[in-house]
Amino acid sequence: MPLDGAPRRSAQPDGRAGLSERLGRAPRVVKTLLRVRRVALAGNPNTGKTTLFNRLTGANAKVGNYPGVTVERQEGSVQLPRSGHVELLDVPGTYSLSARSAEEQVAIQAIAGLSPIERPDAVLIVADATQLTRNLYLVLQVIETDVPVLVALNMIDMLEARGLSIDVEVLSKSLGVPVVAISSQSGKGIDALRDALDRVVADPELGRPGARWLPTSKELEADVRAVDAVLPADWHTGEAQRRHALALWALMSLDEHDELQGASRELRQTVAERRALAHKSGREIETEIIQGRYAWIDEHAAKFLREERPAGLSTTDRVDRVLLNPALGFPAFLLAMAVVFQSLFNGADPAIGAIETTFGWLQERINALLPAGIVNDFICNALIEGVGSVLVFLPQIALLFLFIGIMEDTGYMARVAVLMDRLMKMIGLHGRAFVPMLSGYACAVPAIMATRTMERRRDRMLTMMVIPLMTCSARLPVYTFFIAALFPPSMIFGFLPVQGLLMVAMYLFSTVTALICAAVLGRTLFKGPKVPFLVELPPYRMPHWPSVTRMVWQRSKLFITQAGGAILAITCGMWVLLSFPRAPEAQARADAEIAALVSIEDPAAREERAKAIESTRAGESLRASFGGKLGHAMEPLIEPLGFDWKLGVGLLGAFAAREVFISTMGLVYGIGSDATQDSPSLREKLRAEKRPNGKLVYTPLVGLSLMVFFALACQCMSTLATVYRETHSWTWPTFLFVYTGVLAWLASFAVYQIGRALGFT
Amino acid sequence: MTNLDTLSPGTRARLISVGGERAFRCRLMEMGLLPGTYLRLVRRVDVGGVLELEVRGCRLTVRRGEARNLMVEPA
Repeated sequence: MPLDGAPRRSAQPDGRAGLSERLGRAPRVVKTLLRVRRVALAGNPNTGKTTLFNRLTGANAKVGNYPGVTVERQEGSVQLPRSGHVELLDVPGTYSLSARSAEEQVAIQAIAGLSPIERPDAVLIVADATQLTRNLYLVLQVIETDVPVLVALNMIDMLEARGLSIDVEVLSKSLGVPVVAISSQSGKGIDALRDALDRVVADPELGRPGARWLPTSKELEADVRAVDAVLPADWHTGEAQRRHALALWALMSLDEHDELQGASRELRQTVAERRALAHKSGREIETEIIQGRYAWIDEHAAKFLREERPAGLSTTDRVDRVLLNPALGFPAFLLAMAVVFQSLFNGADPAIGAIETTFGWLQERINALLPAGIVNDFICNALIEGVGSVLVFLPQIALLFLFIGIMEDTGYMARVAVLMDRLMKMIGLHGRAFVPMLSGYACAVPAIMATRTMERRRDRMLTMMVIPLMTCSARLPVYTFFIAALFPPSMIFGFLPVQGLLMVAMYLFSTVTALICAAVLGRTLFKGPKVPFLVELPPYRMPHWPSVTRMVWQRSKLFITQAGGAILAITCGMWVLLSFPRAPEAQARADAEIAALVSIEDPAAREERAKAIESTRAGESLRASFGGKLGHAMEPLIEPLGFDWKLGVGLLGAFAAREVFISTMGLVYGIGSDATQDSPSLREKLRAEKRPNGKLVYTPLVGLSLMVFFALACQCMSTLATVYRETHSWTWPTFLFVYTGVLAWLASFAVYQIGRALGFT
Repeated sequence: MTNLDTLSPGTRARLISVGGERAFRCRLMEMGLLPGTYLRLVRRVDVGGVLELEVRGCRLTVRRGEARNLMVEPA
């Protein structure tokens, strides 16, 4: 192998070997036998890394989070002929190892094996053959860290169309590490890659780079030496090359605004000093490093990369002429979004209906099978209800991720981000936040899960905190009910229906509030260092369907296993709240009354009477429950909004799911829990309800105040459970609940009090 | 010499200097936008307020405001 740069390393002692030596021979053998080999999979975004990961690991990936950050960690096992079972760790896609945020830091931690991530036995880097020089920038950085490296040169089948040719042999010699040409899309070369990986894992020296970039100027060498001397002790075990790489990383990454972890004060100080010193003599360290690496790449690329002929107009160019066209691009985008939104809003309905029907049927069956009592009640109204309310989200989650998968895989998602950037920039976000926020109009749960498509934690958190303000479909029955019950079906100016206008106004109100909240939170709580908005527009490709379906499946599974548990637990908690303490006297009285019904001859009339008695009893029990008492206790708090305690109980019930509000109100008013938005008897009851002073409780003003409250308050346990799952902490769900609650209270207060002052009742 | 935002679609140019905040400059340069590199302004996406560039065989978009920090010489 022709080796330039540093001399090929001999079996120099590294820390681990030294430790094993001291431990003696036997433990070393045991260690080699038992320790699972780990390979990190790295690469630029859009290089087909995920497709390759799926091809190599089959269907057995474990999904989790990297410790301490909300970056998803995928791990799967690869079966290799000689090395056996090897763990493959997917490193988030990145253009460079340099980092500013804790999220970006994951890449260097996973590749160099910095705490808290274990050191990999080898790094497999996916490089896009059609954009080789830029991809080699990352390859070069990884090689510098002195881990055994194997390069998978992907999209080899696209070279021809781009008018390029690469001499893989020469590329491999230039880098000093094995290179295998593959196509992750078609599966070409995957067996050879598996084979090469097997060899590198078995003999790490094969992947030990002989070549690497080294600073060319004396000054830069001095900078690296100075930083090298103050590297934190737990970053390395003395190996010169690794220290060199980490010193370069620190010089590139650390500054006064970074959010990186584990850098000592001494290290930060030294980096700042060297940077200031360089500035004085008119140098810039970062530019020197980046330029140095690219110069190395360009010099070597001359030997293996050839531009055979200028690339013609590609399919991507032709498609983008339409999709990014000033006149046609935006309508096309609106059409695409309308399809996504309409599917979420209506397309999921049959499946949601089927789940609800099945669980309703199950409840009925079990109710009939088991004797009446607390066990029956718990199984039907807590357990089955809870499981049902978890599963009911699946159709929308699956659909949304199907669309996201297709848009990401084809490359259209990057175009969406670009088209919406101007608008989203105004509220302190960027184009990638658009699809999650739009999905929020259907349901906040899948929308919050969709924030994963954003890389930065700050953007993700900010988007998550405003999505629940969007008018989701569960608020619709509540609006419909109150608008129909309390507002006259009259026209304004003779042609504008009041009821329809109110509905539109509610949508506008929630959207504007969400945008304002995003702008305010983005400038206060989520104020972060500015990052340039650089979006790569990858060539359009056909989606790799196994990867798309796999993502749909993984997201659904994650929701059930992680958010589902919390939702089930809260449903059970709500059940306890609304059914304890029991009211045995009411039950006994109702039983006696029903027993006395035998005197009625007509079975239909008897049935109806029994139902009425049962509804009255359920209402009594609810009022006597903790929930009922809590409703009473809440009254002073919600009275300034125009709500009485019965509405308080309804709001508590709505926490399980907003649409439950109506059936809870049905219970409170003794109509039974099967009250719906179109229930005339409940409407009549509400319209007739009077306060102790004889005034009506439900006036249009109270209705408006209530709708404003519903529009803003994040009183949805499933949303909170999903935020918990995404952020791995209860801090954010708590914050979300409190801030939207306060906002809702203030807005309702303003509506009700100003309305009253203006003379409305 | 002029800034990138003034180029018309289809123009090739050589990048002269990259200005702006440190992190911004580093990110651009690491993606291959180094002084001396040739690039092509593919199109302006006015709806989104960004410019599409071709550099080192890949397509990138830059916000117009940020593009004003990039000085180029039309080739």
